[in-house]
Amino acid sequence: MRIAVIDENAARAAIIEQGLAEVGERDVFIISERKGMVQAIAKIEPDVILVDLGNPSRDMLEEYFAVSRAVAKPIAMFVDQSDDVSIAAAVDAGVSAYIVDGMSKRRLKPILDLAVRRFNAFSNLQTELKQARDALADRSIIDKAKLILVEKRDMTEPEAHKLLRDHAMNNNKRITEIAEAIVTADQLMGATK
Amino acid sequence: MTSDLLTVGFLPLVDAALPILAQELGIAEEHGLNLRFIKDSSWATVNDRLLYGQSDVAHMLAPLAIANTLGRGRPAKAMAVPFVLGLNGNAVTMSNALADEIAPDSTLVAPADAGAKLVKVIAAQKKNGRRLKFGVVHRYSSHNYMLRYWLAECGIKPDEDVDIVTISPPFAADALDSGEIDAICVGEPWNSVAVERGSGRIILVTAQIWKRGVEKVLAMLEENLEDKRDVVERLIRALHETAARFVDPENWDSYSKILARSQYLDGSVELIRRAISDRILLSKGSAPTHIPDFMFQYREAANFPWKSQASWLYSQMLRWDNMTYSREDQMKVEAIFRSNVYRSALDGTDAPMPSANSKIEGGIEGPLAVGSTQGRLMLGSDPFFDNRIFDPDKLLEYLENSP
Repeated sequence: MRIAVIDENAARAAIIEQGLAEVGERDVFIISERKGMVQAIAKIEPDVILVDLGNPSRDMLEEYFAVSRAVAKPIAMFVDQSDDVSIAAAVDAGVSAYIVDGMSKRRLKPILDLAVRRFNAFSNLQTELKQARDALADRSIIDKAKLILVEKRDMTEPEAHKLLRDHAMNNNKRITEIAEAIVTADQLMGATK
Repeated sequence: MTSDLLTVGFLPLVDAALPILAQELGIAEEHGLNLRFIKDSSWATVNDRLLYGQSDVAHMLAPLAIANTLGRGRPAKAMAVPFVLGLNGNAVTMSNALADEIAPDSTLVAPADAGAKLVKVIAAQKKNGRRLKFGVVHRYSSHNYMLRYWLAECGIKPDEDVDIVTISPPFAADALDSGEIDAICVGEPWNSVAVERGSGRIILVTAQIWKRGVEKVLAMLEENLEDKRDVVERLIRALHETAARFVDPENWDSYSKILARSQYLDGSVELIRRAISDRILLSKGSAPTHIPDFMFQYREAANFPWKSQASWLYSQMLRWDNMTYSREDQMKVEAIFRSNVYRSALDGTDAPMPSANSKIEGGIEGPLAVGSTQGRLMLGSDPFFDNRIFDPDKLLEYLENSP
């Protein structure tokens, strides 16, 4: 079976490709470029096409699937009414699927389910990444605040840290918020060199 | 009072203005509503989200709501349209090379004149084995149908003499630059973006093709309408009030700024202002041209879902989408436009209310007082450029007389 994954997000496409390839007996092709997309699809002759919902080319692709004489067989959206739940899961995950006429829906279902899992996994990964970035940003603002205290109040670093932590606790605030307030105030009052 | 949360799907276009402004101006809240927006970059995705319950209502191409209901390209799912989000607001922008042939003076050209010139260009291109390529936003769009109507009435066969393809509007200017396409028929701000970039010139607007052509609609699943009836009626009242303020020139500066925000259109305040004030730059560096009725709102019950408008779109679908007419389909299509919901929502307000649900499209020659059940309703002229008249009860006859 030949599967084309159309996704401008190359990282996500790679994660999906990896998942689909693991199952075997499947050739997976990634198309990340908008330019020449249609020609690329025609060349691949896929049985299944997966497109991410955020792809701005979806309307163009759907029209191409509906009218093109370039593809040998008509391609239709996978909308099996008996399986609304799995389509809804796909929309939730952010992926849409098209199948070539004549392919059995039974064979598509596991692919779609897998794609949904992979899309969700990617989105979780993004969330984790964002959390990690935020944590890093938090740490850097705390470091800045500590430096200000060390320089302006002539403290040691452990003393500055304790002051921040105690102040946060007493005021029922996050340590980052206190640090932000110090950094902002410092900027307003004339920044520490 | 807690507000009812309603999720609204939309594409970043100027005609998504009413729901956005209703929320931002606090009008939705006054009606006990909190609107949450999901922005997408294709109609296919706006549609998927509506069909699979991620959004409650959507800013949608009117013909797409009809295609869903009739099951074109996917299993049929009945839609309901209780409010029209606006009339027209689209334009035809041509590459500079083609515009030099059609509109050498960089002015708006009458559709019949532009068509006559286009016939000559097409014939000349044919000798060189070339076909002009037009880009529209979607297969099931008023853009596609207005463009085809115009071409066909001018003696051009849309499926034989030219290519009409779907293009994502943000890529339209690029496609004009690269010569991938010769002309586009899209909504704002995308024509103006192409003009600003020097990629092309606006040669006509769709209001010249059909002065009162239905454009985007507020669409939802029919099966959800009764459950949400009260919420939907409040939304209609909020949108109606918003539309009244939207047509007041005093508000254009501040409204353009709201619409331009990153979570909405994420575009240029200046270009958005031009569209909502009907003042368009036809070519880069020119002075704005005032095009009355470019994008028509509020007045003359513009937001009323006329069943005859749905029927006209159906007639064009029959013409261009390999469908056969059935009385049953026409009834299904007319049932999508829920004039009754619009009526009950605005009953007792200042909204002039027509007494009919359907009219003869293109049949009004001048300001005409029409029968109303509430307020006094004057309708302005609403011609098609070729002065043809569409009577929804004589749809087949209309098609027989179409080229």
